[in-house]
Amino acid sequence: MSDTWVEVCAADEIDEEDVIRFDHSGRTFAIYRSPEDTYHATDGLCTHEKIHLADGLVMDHVIECPKHNGRFNYKTGEAKGAPVCVDLRTYPVKVEGGTVFIGL
Amino acid sequence: MANFVIVGAGECGARAAFALREKGFDGAITLIGSEAHLPYERPPLSKDALVAGAGPKLVAEATRYAEARIDVLTGRAVVEIDRAGNRILFDDGAALPYDKLLLATGARPRALPGTRHGGRIAALRSHDDAARIRAHLVEGSHIAILGGGFIGLELAASARKLGATVTLIEGLPRVLSRGVPAEIAEIVAHRHAAEGVEILCGAKVAGVEELPGEVCLTLESGRIVSANLLVVGIGAVPNTELAEAAGLVVENGISVDGRLRTSDPDIFAAGDCTSYPLPLYGERRIRLESWRNAQEQGQLAAANMLGGTQAHSAVPWFWSDQYDMTLQIAGLADGAATTVRREVGEGAFILFHLDAGGRLIAASGIGPGNVVARDIRLAEMLIAARVHPDPAELAAPETKLKKLLAA
Ligand SMILES: Cc1cc2nc3c(=O)[nH]c(=O)nc-3n(C[C@H](O)[C@H](O)[C@H](O)COP(=O)(O)OP(=O)(O)OC[C@H]3O[C@@H](n4cnc5c(N)ncnc54)[C@H](O)[C@@H]3O)c2cc1C
Ligand code: FES
Repeated sequence: MSDTWVEVCAADEIDEEDVIRFDHSGRTFAIYRSPEDTYHATDGLCTHEKIHLADGLVMDHVIECPKHNGRFNYKTGEAKGAPVCVDLRTYPVKVEGGTVFIGL
Repeated sequence: MANFVIVGAGECGARAAFALREKGFDGAITLIGSEAHLPYERPPLSKDALVAGAGPKLVAEATRYAEARIDVLTGRAVVEIDRAGNRILFDDGAALPYDKLLLATGARPRALPGTRHGGRIAALRSHDDAARIRAHLVEGSHIAILGGGFIGLELAASARKLGATVTLIEGLPRVLSRGVPAEIAEIVAHRHAAEGVEILCGAKVAGVEELPGEVCLTLESGRIVSANLLVVGIGAVPNTELAEAAGLVVENGISVDGRLRTSDPDIFAAGDCTSYPLPLYGERRIRLESWRNAQEQGQLAAANMLGGTQAHSAVPWFWSDQYDMTLQIAGLADGAATTVRREVGEGAFILFHLDAGGRLIAASGIGPGNVVARDIRLAEMLIAARVHPDPAELAAPETKLKKLLAA
């Protein structure tokens, strides 16, 4: 259960099939908009080396790390194989009144 | 029960071993490496891990090999392949039978003729090499680096971070002349100069002498460079001796077909030790020394050892980190007729290389952090799709490369 909803940005600030970086109280997250127009959130740093995933490429439901192309399913956080083997943590997201919120 | 044996416990061998299990192979898997460590990543050896003095960054922890029932033999060298007997022989005389064999023996640093690595002359390939070099990278020490390729330049950047003085000697007129456009090499060279690295291009070594407490290089120009340590970074040679002695075909690496099969149907080869034909570039035979290639070929070799028939078709891809800059290259740029520059912001840019027919064959980018990564990745997909993009569109920062891919 998420305790607090934190405002991220306006829904249209993220392109379809894209990602942005969101920093909040000393932590960093990646917020995604899928090709089906759903929104998702994961930890912001790759589990291989601590690299910001928001510089990576979103293809369908996969975020690919910009550093060595490690892939994760951003809806489930699942690591999709070498070089990443540790899953990403995911967070609930909601869109209300055109604004995206992350549940922390 | 089938016995699959992998010789060479580096990136490639380790990925192949895990891929065999992931693809459902139920027989025995033995992964043999001559180094004392479990398979580890080499790229960090010249980068942050060198600066931090970190231990080896393992490809996988010991427990994962146990879970996947992969028998890892470290510190064991294979000295012979007995093809007639379908077995390999170890340096201690022991033998191990195989049904399928994968050679993932990698490459080793080329030595400067007339010298040996040891004492005050080092090369950088293994964790133990890195530890030995690091011991010399202290404030006030002077290191000489021979070779302005990726490893030499990354090492120079790391050495500066640790406060050592660096002189880098390159025989050719510029650094990074293999596979990197001059425009990008120039930016790299400028940055090193700004960080205090002395780069001597077009400098040939006439002699090397080890004296008590220092090593002295005499250049053909007459200049003498004395340093606490000389690191030789003049390229790598593939470890093909086993294959050659067994009568397998070797041409600049163990020669394999698109499916990574050697001239013996029970023996495959993959990674830095291998040369293979690249369909994207007219079946030209190449040998890559690239981390992602080692992974991809390891995984593909595993699939094909299990009867798969897929050919390797990935676009070559490489990255390098120096200071806060990352350079990424997708494809092979030699043979380019036109080059188009695209600004990415923050001083970063990408060069797109097109052949005479207008086909996109490579893209090279440099910039701070990972700002070029996304466009290089898209360029890679465009290269794989063999597109003939409009150069003006490529150059325009407002063109979304993703759109070109969909077109
Ligand atoms: C310092 C450094 C920095 C690098 N940085 C980058 C980078 O930034 N980007 C990039 O793309 N690539 C980089 N690379 C290249 C990348 O690390 C290699 O392409 C990759 O390691 C190749 O993997 P491999 O498994 O084919 O070979 P290797 O990693 O060389 O592994 C082969 C292993 O086989 C063992 N072996 C050989 N013969 C035998 C035998 N007869 N019996 C038993 N064992 C044997 C060797 O000891 C070795 O451990 C770098 C390499 C180095 C050295
Ligand atoms: S840092 Fe993400 S794959 Fe290596």
